[in-house]
Order: sequence, then C-alpha cells, then structure tokens
Amino acid sequence: MKPRSIRSRRFVDRAVKVLSVSSALVGLVALAWILYEVIRRGIGAFNISFFTKAATPPGVPGGGVANALVGTLLMTVLATVIATPLGILAGVFLAEFGKRSRLAAAARFASNALIGVPSIIIGLFVYGLLVVTTGGFSGYAGAAALAIIMLPIVARTAEDMLNLVPDSLRESALALGAPRWRTTLGVVFRAARAGMLTGVLLAVARISGETAPLLFTALNSPYWTHSLAEPTPNLTVTIFNYAMSPYHDWQRMAWGASLLITAGVLLTTISARALLRGKI
Amino acid sequence: MRTRPRRQPKADTFFKYLSAGCAFVLLALIAGLFIELLRGSSQSLAKFGARFITSGAWDPVRQDFGAASSIFGTVVSTAIAMLLAVPVSLVIALLLVELAHPVISRIVGTAIELLAAIPSIIYGMWGLFVFAPFMADYVQPVLGTKLGFLPLFQGPPMGIGMLTAGIILALMVLPFMCAAMRDSLAMVPAVVKESAYGMGSTTWEATRRVSLRYCIAGMVGAVFLGLGRALGETMAVTFVIGNSHSISASLFAPGNSIASTLANEFAEASEPMYASALIELGLLLFVLTFIFQAAARIWLRSVGLTERAKG
Repeated sequence: MKPRSIRSRRFVDRAVKVLSVSSALVGLVALAWILYEVIRRGIGAFNISFFTKAATPPGVPGGGVANALVGTLLMTVLATVIATPLGILAGVFLAEFGKRSRLAAAARFASNALIGVPSIIIGLFVYGLLVVTTGGFSGYAGAAALAIIMLPIVARTAEDMLNLVPDSLRESALALGAPRWRTTLGVVFRAARAGMLTGVLLAVARISGETAPLLFTALNSPYWTHSLAEPTPNLTVTIFNYAMSPYHDWQRMAWGASLLITAGVLLTTISARALLRGKI
Repeated sequence: MRTRPRRQPKADTFFKYLSAGCAFVLLALIAGLFIELLRGSSQSLAKFGARFITSGAWDPVRQDFGAASSIFGTVVSTAIAMLLAVPVSLVIALLLVELAHPVISRIVGTAIELLAAIPSIIYGMWGLFVFAPFMADYVQPVLGTKLGFLPLFQGPPMGIGMLTAGIILALMVLPFMCAAMRDSLAMVPAVVKESAYGMGSTTWEATRRVSLRYCIAGMVGAVFLGLGRALGETMAVTFVIGNSHSISASLFAPGNSIASTLANEFAEASEPMYASALIELGLLLFVLTFIFQAAARIWLRSVGLTERAKG
C-alpha cells in the first residue's frame, strides 16, 4: 500500500461523509416530494361525488371512483381470505413439521422465487389459468392474482414468526397432553399472533397498491360491481387509464385516486410496523 | 379415556398433511407459472425460434414479432437504475450503520422504508406528471448542452424516455438494496472495525478496506436483489419510458421494456400470435428474474453459512 498524506485521506473521508448525508437527503426529498404532490393534487379531486358516484365519461361532471373503491376492497378482501389461511398453514409446515424435510426446502425455494416474480407475470399466469378458461375477465381472476402475490409473503412471515416462539412453550403444551395441532393453534399461534398479523397486514398493503396483475385479470369497468364474475372496477387500473387519457378532469380524478391508495397503503404499513414494535 | 390417545395422532396426521398441502401449493404455483407461460408462448416459440430475441421487428399487422427493443429497454433502464442506486444505497447504508446518531438513523431508515411501501403506480403518476416535466425543463437541457457531444445525451428534451425511467427505477429499488446493505454492514463484528480504527484508519478506509471486504458477499447479494426488482418493475416504467418499439443510442429517446410492453399491449392483443409473442416476452422476463433472484439467494445463503462459521 503506498502511503498517502493524512490530509488527502481526511479529505476523502470527509467527502464520503458529505456524500452519504446528501444521498440520504435525496431519499428524504424524493419521499417528501412524492407525498407532497400526491396530497396537493389529490385533495383537489376530493368532493362528495368522488366518494359516492361511479365513473362518468370525460367532460361529464359529478363522476367519482366509488365503484372502483368498492371493487378494490372486494378483491383485496377476497385475496386476503384465500391467501391468509393457505399462507399461514404453509408457514406452519415450514416451521413446525417440515423444517428440514425436502418438501420444506423446495417450498422455501418456491416461495422465495414467487416473491421475486414480477407481478405482471402473475397477471399473465392468471390470465392463462382463469381468464382464457372461463371466457372472460373477472374480479375472481383479479383476486386470484392478488392472492398469489400475497401467499409467499404471508408464508414467509408466518414461518419467521413461528420460529421465534421458544420451544419450551411447545414442550410445555405437549407435556400437558395436548396434541400437536392444539399446541400449534392454541399456544404457538397465540404467542406469534402479533407477528403473523403484521405479515398479513404488510401483504395487504402490498397488494392493495398493485396494478400490473389486475390489468388483464380484473380489467376495469366504469360501472358498479354486481358480481365478481365480470370485469371489476378497481382504483389502480382506473388511475392508469385516467392518467393515460388526454382529459383533464380524468387526470384530476387519477390524482384523487392516487391519494386514496397512497394513504391506505402507507397507513396499513405504518400500523403493521407499530403493531410489531408494540407486541414483540 | 382409552379412545383419546388413538384419536390424537389421527388429527395430528391430518393437520400435518393439511399444512404440507399448503406448502405444496407454493411449489405447484411456481411450476404452474412456468408451464403456463411455456404453453401460452408455444405458438410464438415455434414460429420465431431464437430469432425472437434478436429481431427488432414488432408489427402486429404483419404478425412479425421480435423482443430486441423490449430487451434493450429493460437492460438499459435497469443499468441506469443500478448505476445510480448501488453507490447511493451503499453510502446511505453506511450513514445508517456507522455515521448517524441512532435517532437520526431510525428516522432516515423509516423514511427509506416508506419509499419501498409506495405503490409502483404512484411512482408512475409522479414520474409522468411531476418528474418528467422537471427533467425536460431543468435536467435534460443542461445535460444536452454540457454533454451533448455524446450520443447518449442527444435529441429533444421530452422528459419521458430511458433516462427518466432509469432514475425512477433507481429510486424504487434503492430502499430494498439499502436495507439489505444495512443489514450486512451491521453484521460486521465491532472487533474487526475497531482493529482497523486502531491502525489509524479513517471511517471510509475502515469501511472500504475492512467492513466491505468482510461483507462483500452480502453486498453483492443486495445488488442482485435490487437487480431482480428493477428488471420486472412495470407500472412506473410504463408511465415514463415513452412506449415506443425503437432502439436508440440516446437516453432522452423513448423506448420500452418487456414489462411495459406487456402492460400496454396485452389486453388489446386479440390475435393468437400477437398474444403468444407477448407471453413469450413474459416468459423471457420470468426466466431472467428467476435466474437473478435464485443466484442472489444461493449466494446469500452461502454467505450466511460462511459468516456463521467465522463468527
């Protein structure tokens, strides 16, 4: 190593420190800038009809995104109802039964791979699986796509959280004569409840902002949802369609919907993290 | 009392197989995904073969498709994103672990995590309506006059295009890489760093020559994680990349990526060959991200083992 003067070494060190502080500032500014613009432009779209009416054609005043909001909620709830028990039980297998088995190793690999699959590919998959076979776009297909995105996230957090539960708890329940399933459901679950709920909430936050998997599964619709068997209106694809349109009032609505989604996702994320910090 | 011990194992077996079945669903999904994409793209695979990857054609009317421009756009926008995001997340991770007061570190850390929580489509909205005009008005003209002799920065400053898409991608993968880098920097034992400081190192020297060497594998894993995300990012890119099937040397020019092509065109692809070509694009993207993420995980796991052995 060739010797360098202490002055140039200090200079480099200070330069890196300045660089790291300014990089962090760039991150903070970006976050603030995005939130500021979403709030500023989104608030302007809020009024009674925004929250109570369905979409209207461009130029027709009095339209809203209520139908899309309902559709998004329905699909998110359905996806959560499908993915939560499946994911948690998969986590139970990975943490309680399989652990070192070959199936567990393969399932862990698959779950990591699924988390990494771009969400638009999940949309393509569900299109081939449920849209082509049933003959049309539907809210069920949209919910299925969202559930597939949610599943590995829930499974992984469930596994991690169950692993945090000390074995002494399991042993004491088994020693009292409880069967394995009651030990898991009654004792281990209770200990890992907050963590698993956090995992589910984070996954819900993630899917409620997803657009790409809905583009060719749920599609979108300007009407109220009568059945999830038909194309289902949703906030995110509505934002996409409105933003890409040349109509000024549609773009304004897109900002309103953006604020709605951002607020929902960030609140869910923050409360999930607070839950984890408070309970464990 | 005698019946109980006999019933219990049965319920337990049921519970075990039920949970194993749920774990199997994960496996079935990833396998089904691959098979479905192969099946959906069979027509295009058969017609175009290997030419699909190199051909720049994209003509739905004449049913002639090639992935070159989409692959080019995916690679270029990802490269810009990584070029920007890797050093920035490294120095932010350094700030969080080594330099900042714990309170500040927590605040900055939370803010960076919130960046990760913002949905892709919101980045798209912000990118299209706020950031792209900003680029067109302030950044691109300056780049054009100062560095316009390079083909990279030639052409009209339209705001949307490769460069803007790359910058927004960088912002989106930054939190993921930063978190992974922070975790692996935090794993470096204090003794190792202290010995570097004891030798008279500055903070940066201790980081570059000691900490980074110690956790280099974790750093590489973090980069791969970010890379996988950047490759498949869809909505934000679709908003700002310009969506044109062209290959241009200029970063100001509009282009497309695999994901943005899918998002824009798949719902309208009524002819079977058109849809099949798009699904083949999806298959390419799936295989690409799968390879990168699998490589990253295997890499990270081997690191975890070696580091545990060391500790």
